[in-house]
Amino acid sequence: MTDAFIYDAARTPRGKGRPDGSLHEVTSLALSARLLNAVKERNNLEGHAVEDVIWGNVTQVKEQGGCLARSAVLASDLDERIPGLSINRFCASGMEAVNLAANQIKGGAGSAYIAGGVEMMGRVAMGSDGAAIAVDPSLAMKSYFVPQGISADIIATEYGFDRDQADALALESQRRAAQAWQEGRFDKSIVPVIDQNGLTILDRDEYMRPGTTIDDLAKLKPAFKEMGEMMPGFDKVAMLKYPHLSAIDHIHHAGNSSGIVDGAAAVLIGNEEFGKAHGLKPRARIRATAKIGTDPTIMLTGPVPVTEKILKDSGMSIGDIDLFEVNEAFASVVLRFMQAFQVDPARVNVNGGAIAMGHPLGATGAIIIGTLLDELERQDKNVGLATLCIASGMGAATIIERV
Amino acid sequence: MTDFTMEKGADGAAIITWDVQGKSMNVLSMEGANTLGDLIDDALADDAVKGIVITSGKKDFAAGMDLNVIAGMREAGGAQGVFDGVMGLHHLLRKIELAGMDRKTKKGGKPIAAALPGTALGIGLELPLATHRIFAADNAKAKIGLPEIMVGIFPGAGGTTRLARKLGAMAAAPFLLEGKLSDPKKAKAAGLIDEVSEDPLADARTWVLAASDSDIVKPWDAKGYKMPGGEPFHPAGFMTFVGASAMVHGKTMGVYPAAKALLSAVYEGAMVPFDQALKIEARWFTNVLMNPSSSAMIRSLFINKEALEKGANRPEAPDQTVRKVGILGAGMMGAGIAYVSAIAGIEVVLIDAAQASADKGKAYSEGLLDKAISRKKSTEEKKAEVLGRITATTDYDALKGCDLIVEAVFEDPSVKAEVTKKAEAVIPEDAIFATNTSTLPISDLARASSRPEQFIGIHFFSPVDKMLLVEIIKGRETGPRAVAKALDFVRQIRKTPIVVNDERFFYANRCIIPYINEGIRMVGEGVNPTLIENAAKMMGMPLGPLQLVDETSIDLGVKIAKATRAAMGDAYPDGAVDEVIFAMADAGRMGRKANAGFYDYDEKGKRQGLWGELDARYPQSGDQPELTEVQHRLMFAQTLEAVRALESGVLEDIREGDVGAILGWGFAPWSGGPFGWLDMLGAARAVEICDGLTERYGARFNAPALLREMAEKGEHFYGRFGSKAQAA
Repeated sequence: MTDAFIYDAARTPRGKGRPDGSLHEVTSLALSARLLNAVKERNNLEGHAVEDVIWGNVTQVKEQGGCLARSAVLASDLDERIPGLSINRFCASGMEAVNLAANQIKGGAGSAYIAGGVEMMGRVAMGSDGAAIAVDPSLAMKSYFVPQGISADIIATEYGFDRDQADALALESQRRAAQAWQEGRFDKSIVPVIDQNGLTILDRDEYMRPGTTIDDLAKLKPAFKEMGEMMPGFDKVAMLKYPHLSAIDHIHHAGNSSGIVDGAAAVLIGNEEFGKAHGLKPRARIRATAKIGTDPTIMLTGPVPVTEKILKDSGMSIGDIDLFEVNEAFASVVLRFMQAFQVDPARVNVNGGAIAMGHPLGATGAIIIGTLLDELERQDKNVGLATLCIASGMGAATIIERV
Repeated sequence: MTDFTMEKGADGAAIITWDVQGKSMNVLSMEGANTLGDLIDDALADDAVKGIVITSGKKDFAAGMDLNVIAGMREAGGAQGVFDGVMGLHHLLRKIELAGMDRKTKKGGKPIAAALPGTALGIGLELPLATHRIFAADNAKAKIGLPEIMVGIFPGAGGTTRLARKLGAMAAAPFLLEGKLSDPKKAKAAGLIDEVSEDPLADARTWVLAASDSDIVKPWDAKGYKMPGGEPFHPAGFMTFVGASAMVHGKTMGVYPAAKALLSAVYEGAMVPFDQALKIEARWFTNVLMNPSSSAMIRSLFINKEALEKGANRPEAPDQTVRKVGILGAGMMGAGIAYVSAIAGIEVVLIDAAQASADKGKAYSEGLLDKAISRKKSTEEKKAEVLGRITATTDYDALKGCDLIVEAVFEDPSVKAEVTKKAEAVIPEDAIFATNTSTLPISDLARASSRPEQFIGIHFFSPVDKMLLVEIIKGRETGPRAVAKALDFVRQIRKTPIVVNDERFFYANRCIIPYINEGIRMVGEGVNPTLIENAAKMMGMPLGPLQLVDETSIDLGVKIAKATRAAMGDAYPDGAVDEVIFAMADAGRMGRKANAGFYDYDEKGKRQGLWGELDARYPQSGDQPELTEVQHRLMFAQTLEAVRALESGVLEDIREGDVGAILGWGFAPWSGGPFGWLDMLGAARAVEICDGLTERYGARFNAPALLREMAEKGEHFYGRFGSKAQAA
């Protein structure tokens, strides 16, 4: 079968997803188009160079609606014969875009793709596209729907993680992210956001709080306690699904959960001939991809079964993996992953994660693949695995291998 | 005489009066609905009629739909029959609502109002909701609301759709999801009705003659209608609907299909035009009616409960209305029985050995009445009247003239025998003597009586003023007049009776004790106590077995265990239970009253979590059972005992077994009772589960021969024993 290689990985810095965030003035369309332009320039993609642009995006309404992928292609300098496909697999949309592109290439459908995603969480609010699973009683009750924060707290309760462990992980994320920026470890990937005049709007992740102390974190109030215990009482729903739990331990708060940010990321994937034709050197092979559905109530445990599946499908074992990126949606998600596979925390999220730098939903999956590749190269290691938990109970994973 | 009649006035007002002959309350039948439809057609077509008022010829408006009719629709036509029947009602009510107006211009319709003299429930409110204005009499006793959810269905004649659109999903929730009833003033404040009036019929008449075209266009039929509080995908509405599912799910533990269906009808209906929403409501209503749970609930909680209250099993005997009751023992139970009797207008003599105890017993009534006054449910006059009926004394001579005695002294045969003799020495020869024992055989106690055919058990549940069930126990020699007396008494005090025969623990306690024991036994086995409690609640039990034994007290459990062990000797099967319960007692964990039991309690007696030390004493095994395994153990512990009670003749009527279980100990109401539950499961499946449980846990789960026979023949309890169930 044809190999799919990563030729480039680029991302914008992440802006605070708030009205005073640096990227708040930028439209989803403009951010997407400028990143596509950067990928085009970095790799000389003249003409009908790629088969498609697959663009992950979760909240596909308003400026992110109407197949933003196609709009972004048309707004960019890419050839109009390149079509554009918007996809949504919630938090793994950016990863699914990469995996889909890789598998198309492996199957012989096209020689190259740009795959990635965008989310302007400060401009198009999370959840503003509605969701039957949350609001339609027939499914909300059948699936024992609870919001993600409650799910993260169920993981903590079920697998025995306390607030101190979660806060320690959050603090380490901040420390690692700060160090990574200080040492320029993101330099290969970061594409500063510029305006139509070429003026820089943002060139650095701005959500980070490098000075955070464990005491600062200890002061934060649990974010999901009230909706769990009082109105409307999601803990009761959780306990119907997990009747052996006498109470849910609400350990998550704004400081140990992923940040709400704006950002975009893109990965250039192609077969060997594509690289030769464009004079590009492959950086890594996409060795395996996987996705899986899990219990929608605890919702965020997907990284464990999807990792088991991707390893089994590809005939690998956990020991074959050098470095891991496990999206820091909530601290308990990462804690559970490390507990399940007994992996050394030093090899997981080496440069921090979404708790420190933020989680632009549609883009994150592509971001962490790029971050993983950069770090494999920096440490001169070979194999990396990236995985994310996904809303409504899913998981996705990608294994890359340097060439 | 038809259910509805119309009178056209010279002023142009047509008055349609609902007055079902031979019934004290109006209920809607299909014939009635057809008559109403014809009258509306007539009035709309008649140029002399300017407006229409629908009212009642009785002191109340209506009690609702005739649930027997609904059950009939299902049996006759299945899902299609129900759906067509319900859509027929929608068309009738929609005809009233649109009142002949031009559908485009909304002009030319005739104003229609409802005038409610009193209570308006179920369809009795759904019909008014379809009119253009509702006038209710200023009658504080009238109850207005949609209580359908209480019997396992939901308002299915447009009440759900109209109320959700009128008030918004959030504001309509208490009325739809909890069946909240209001008096007319509160109903007006909540927006259920429009006017409270001294003379609703006159005011309604004036209104329909004066109303303009725009007055009779419903908000949802007007342009630009927006649902109050927001539709599901409006930001505010979104949060309401997300929260509503969670709340309903948590509250109902997922076992009541009606609440789910109601919520779906509101959600789906909110996103489409009104007539589409009615179709959606009809589809969900049909779905609920076709659900075996709703038929089981209607059967037990409505049809059979009412039949038992009306004396379905009363022997032939002249009227036995109680005029003066003597209550022996003014403790908790005696005081409660005195209260419910006095409230019902019966003269009460409350006797205890010491005057102070008797006075304390009477003071209990005073306390309850004061509470009722503070909640505006009673008045000082009423209180004086009720207390005036209670004589608290130590003097047995005061029992002279009592036609019924209820003995409620200590559970000690010799004490009981003594007071029986003392009372019988003074009371009239034809008086009936009842004992409120919960554990002692009636036939044994009857030995102290010189008139054993007039001796009977009347077993109240605690607290007497709240619990709806009374268990009447026939001793070996109890005669039919004693049974009739007990039933007439229960009817007077407005409770629901079941009549059973005399065997250890009668019916209710016989079934509750194994339930509690199974829970305790599992604790001893190392099953996670949280799982035990939640498993029970997720089957619709109001209390888990451990919470229940905390409520009834651990020492009572110990006492019963010791007595049972003494009676049964080597055959005693519950040693494993005793190990746990005796250890709890030794640790001083006597239950709620001691502020310490299987649960912890704070200083105010509020239940906290399970006792922290339980885990250390009964370490949870690493291999925890599946939820359904725990549920099967808890459910079969109760239901097999009910089957055995039927088999041995303690229970003579499965209707009593089901109604008694729900009212007596809250047995999974969604199932319609133990026999309803077994019928839903099917006897064959039940036997299969029992065989597995017997193999794993022992002979207490042996399927009774009756159940096995039914499994072989493919029978159901309600099929085999019919509506007039007699034991095999």
